[in-house]
Amino acid sequence: MARLQLPVLRPLRRVLARLGGAVFVLWAVASVTFFAVRLIPGDPAQAVLGGPGSQASAEALASVNAEYGFDQPVIVQYFAQLGRLATGDLGRSYSLNLNVGPLVLSQLGGTLLLAVLALALAWLLALALATWSTQSGRIASRVGSALEIVAAALPHFWLATSLIVVFSIWLGVLPPISTGGALGLVLPVLTLAIPLAGFLGQIMRESLLRALESPFVLSARARGESERGVRWIHALRHASLPAISLSGWAFGSLISGAVVVETIFARPGLGRTLLNAVTLRDVPVVIGVVMIVAVAYILMTLLTDAVSRLVDPRLRLS
Amino acid sequence: MSDLEVQAELAAQAAQPDRSGKSGRPRRFGVAETGAAVLALFLLASAVVPQLLAPGDPLAIDPLSAFQPPSGAHGFGTDESGRDIYTRVVHGTQYSLVIGAAATAIGLGLGIVLGTLAGMLGRVVDFTVNRFLEVLFAFPGLLLALLFIVIFGPGVATATIAVGLSTAPGYARIIRAQLISVRSAAFVEAATVLGRTRWQILLRHILPNTLAPLFVLATLGIGQAIVWAATLSYLGLGAEPPTAEWGAMLSAGRTYITSAWWMSFFPGLFIVVTAVTATVLGRSIDRRMRHA
Amino acid sequence: MGEEVALRVRNLRVGFGMADPVVRGVSFEIAPGECLAIVGESGSGKSVTARSLLGLAGSNARVSADRLELVGHSVLGLTEPAWQARRGKDVGLVLQDALVSLDPLRPIGREIADSLRLHTGLGASARAARVLELLDAVGLPDPEMQVQKLSGQLSGGERQRALIAAAIALNPPLLIADEPTTALDVTVQAQILALLERITGAGTALLLISHDLAVVSRIAHRVAVMHDGVLVETGRTERVLGSPGHQQTRRMVAAIPADKPRGTRLSAADTPDPPSIPSTPRRPDTAIDSVPEIPPNNTVVLEAIGLSKSFRRPDGTRQLAVDTVSFALPRGSTLGIVGESGSGKTTTARLLLALLTPEHGEVRVFGQPWSTASEKTRRALRPGVGAIYQDALGSFDPRWSVAEILSDALGLGRQRRAPQTTARLTTLLDEVGLAATVLPRRPLELSGGQRQRVGIARALAGKPQILICDEPVSSLDVTVQAQVLDLLDDLQRERGLSLVFISHDLGVVAHVSDQIAVMRAGRSVELGPAARVFAEPQHPYSAQLLAAVPRLSV
Repeated sequence: MARLQLPVLRPLRRVLARLGGAVFVLWAVASVTFFAVRLIPGDPAQAVLGGPGSQASAEALASVNAEYGFDQPVIVQYFAQLGRLATGDLGRSYSLNLNVGPLVLSQLGGTLLLAVLALALAWLLALALATWSTQSGRIASRVGSALEIVAAALPHFWLATSLIVVFSIWLGVLPPISTGGALGLVLPVLTLAIPLAGFLGQIMRESLLRALESPFVLSARARGESERGVRWIHALRHASLPAISLSGWAFGSLISGAVVVETIFARPGLGRTLLNAVTLRDVPVVIGVVMIVAVAYILMTLLTDAVSRLVDPRLRLS
Repeated sequence: MSDLEVQAELAAQAAQPDRSGKSGRPRRFGVAETGAAVLALFLLASAVVPQLLAPGDPLAIDPLSAFQPPSGAHGFGTDESGRDIYTRVVHGTQYSLVIGAAATAIGLGLGIVLGTLAGMLGRVVDFTVNRFLEVLFAFPGLLLALLFIVIFGPGVATATIAVGLSTAPGYARIIRAQLISVRSAAFVEAATVLGRTRWQILLRHILPNTLAPLFVLATLGIGQAIVWAATLSYLGLGAEPPTAEWGAMLSAGRTYITSAWWMSFFPGLFIVVTAVTATVLGRSIDRRMRHA
Repeated sequence: MGEEVALRVRNLRVGFGMADPVVRGVSFEIAPGECLAIVGESGSGKSVTARSLLGLAGSNARVSADRLELVGHSVLGLTEPAWQARRGKDVGLVLQDALVSLDPLRPIGREIADSLRLHTGLGASARAARVLELLDAVGLPDPEMQVQKLSGQLSGGERQRALIAAAIALNPPLLIADEPTTALDVTVQAQILALLERITGAGTALLLISHDLAVVSRIAHRVAVMHDGVLVETGRTERVLGSPGHQQTRRMVAAIPADKPRGTRLSAADTPDPPSIPSTPRRPDTAIDSVPEIPPNNTVVLEAIGLSKSFRRPDGTRQLAVDTVSFALPRGSTLGIVGESGSGKTTTARLLLALLTPEHGEVRVFGQPWSTASEKTRRALRPGVGAIYQDALGSFDPRWSVAEILSDALGLGRQRRAPQTTARLTTLLDEVGLAATVLPRRPLELSGGQRQRVGIARALAGKPQILICDEPVSSLDVTVQAQVLDLLDDLQRERGLSLVFISHDLGVVAHVSDQIAVMRAGRSVELGPAARVFAEPQHPYSAQLLAAVPRLSV
């Protein structure tokens, strides 16, 4: 049989299909970046070394030409680039004189920690706000909704600045820049978590209300289920589903937010590395970061799917 | 998912009939809607006739009154060169709104083209466009904009285009979904049964019902574009100080954050107010269109 | 004395917020083993009444009563924890549409075991054993297989059985069933009613809430008719249905189509759809009991020849939705197509309207090629073939007003404000019994009956000779359904229309049709004159459908 139809193999087929999709996206990302760099006006070697204004030395130009094979036909360069990427070789940063692969990997941990903590905190905040505002009457519901809309509209850079002014300068309780300790993480994580909590909170509150009004909750109440039981056994599970599927997007926007937050709080990480590279037009580093973010983002999407399937057994059936 | 799709989704859920039971028509104007309308008028006035609200010169230097905290004379305080922050913030509205509108126009324009291609031209085009969008979605948030800036260099124009480009995939996917749902709607079939031609159906039913929601999208999108453009300026990739652009003002205030918090606070407050106004107005329009 | 009744309600009043009460002084009682049915149309307050009896009318509800006694104990002003202790134990609730009435994320075994977990000290294995017993008791085959399933994996009937099992897990003395059979096919509906009857037979008191007199008349001992928040009539089922006292009861009894000869009026002349009073009474008040038969005419206007259509399933295999269906529709007559969900009725309608192209066979209209013609040629004939849809609202462009919809259908363009346009629109609305006041409104703002009338007006605009009606009355209240059926009947006689009338309800189809086609799994299993199919069905499936038809069993 050409199709895998044994029930045991079905999940395998699904995972393979998803991985295939991911590989396609990565290939496309690599291609887009490869050709995008060719759009930089002027000599590509010059571009790699920071554009026309960088006054790169002749040796540097020559070494770049040799490394990237700019003297060869574009198609050859393209496949050579893909080949290097496949073996994990992301090229060499000209501004830091380091290999991009190890550089980017060393920065990954800090950003992931930030993103994961912020995602967890945002979930907690959103859940607390949604639960509180759905059981404390009309006014609480209005207040909750307003808080969520405002929180979702807060730009990271302003929120970070305001938090620093209040907590570091006025109150003096938290360090304004990252010192490596756990305390230094508080403000960056808050900055990332609060706007996200605004988005997640809106989604959760709405789906919580919808679940609480659904006939199956009425059935549960008619069986004598308590208000707490109704929420914990039935409603919250339903309410978390849309927020879970939103978490893939949330992770992406956290990584994007990390560019700002890491810069303001002077934290090492992918975001700050990316911004520095963009400012210096260090193309290999930019490509390296973008590739690694794409990989992380795709993995996160796969993870959200897996969690969704765990919480929602209906997804496991189809 | 993109930020825009999340925004649109939230607006759609907020437009659901009031859960107090009575569905019916929405109230004429709620507190939030009235407030948003007033703020929108104020922002528009700031953009069109800033002199009316803040007669001073946003670039006028007065070193003697540098770093003044908010007071009667300088409501929002002054900056390192003694420029009045209130005046600068009001005059900066123009920049932010124009950049936001231009970026939205670019994103929406591209989105309409891609979304319509995918939604109208059959399976092969749809598949191709969808894969293409999927690839773009692997650059979350500002990453696509940063990639664009690294290629074309920083500046107001590139930042605007960059923001527009990075929002385009979101618009495209929403428009495509809307087209497909309208195309298979029961009222389109009913028009076929009445003997209408494809073109009549396209012009009278499909296009109006696809395009009408774009007002909502654009309103929500402008708020987001303004925040993103300001972020790029703040990072030193868009407008640069001493331009009275909000993000650039915040960026300048960063150096003096320990002593002059007002330099950062007020420009940022205007960004927040603009974004909230756009959200509330967008949702209000959405609700009205659905229940009108 | 208090021990004799399962439920006693005196002067129950329920209101929401500041608004006028929706239940205004309702009194009744139910004895053990008795089935009382509260019947009313949408908005009559019957569901709110049912929920108040469980203390579940909602947080913003104001509930008051002189007496409210559940198995001899007053439950007035009970605290929430005290209510929780009674719900499930003293009273069980069964809702409509178990797809959403059972938590779709939990296996049904868990849902059923919940009452046991909440009210008994049974351990997990004892609960599991009891769940299997319950599933067996409600007639679900293979209980061991079913407990692990999600509600979405069961058929409608199976789900409803599971929901009943959950409600009777603790043998509550009172069971409240709110529209328990409404979303089900007639044959399944009959099975669920039989199950409920069996439960009352075992001594449980049953309060049945329904919009359908005919359905409840099968098992209810007593019927209470609710209208506008009040019980207008209560009595033994035979008495209420046999000699209805109140006008509303008479209206609802008259509206039941089953067993009424073709042409009999279903709606009383004195009860038009309230906001849509026709400007001139079109029909004389002399109630015509049976009208002369339509003159037989042998010209066939619509013909289906061996139609087949299949769809691809998600797993890639093909499923035949319509399988070699043939019939002919003579001018001025009605062909009824009846079948349960999934029988291929709607696909047939779409084939007849040439919205789908058949894989085999052909549709001919006025003797000319229709399904084989190009859309361009067909367009010239399209005005002669009108359509009425079940979801009238969805069939209108949401951006258009009634005036725009109708002037577009008349081919006048939709923006025209000319006086003669208005005159033509008014005439058209008058024909379907609507006043010109609906013209500036959008369909969303109209009632279900008004929407369907606008849909009929749109279909009539092109002066069609054929009308394809796909479930045109299934989402309407019975009295509104009666008015719409009467309207179609009038229009057919006045205009000599030929109708294809598709419905899941054999009672309705038998009332309106000259010929009936019974569809099952895509095939037309029986085709014949309506009277003959109704009197002596040839195919066993037709007989089964017929036996399940809700009719007044007086």
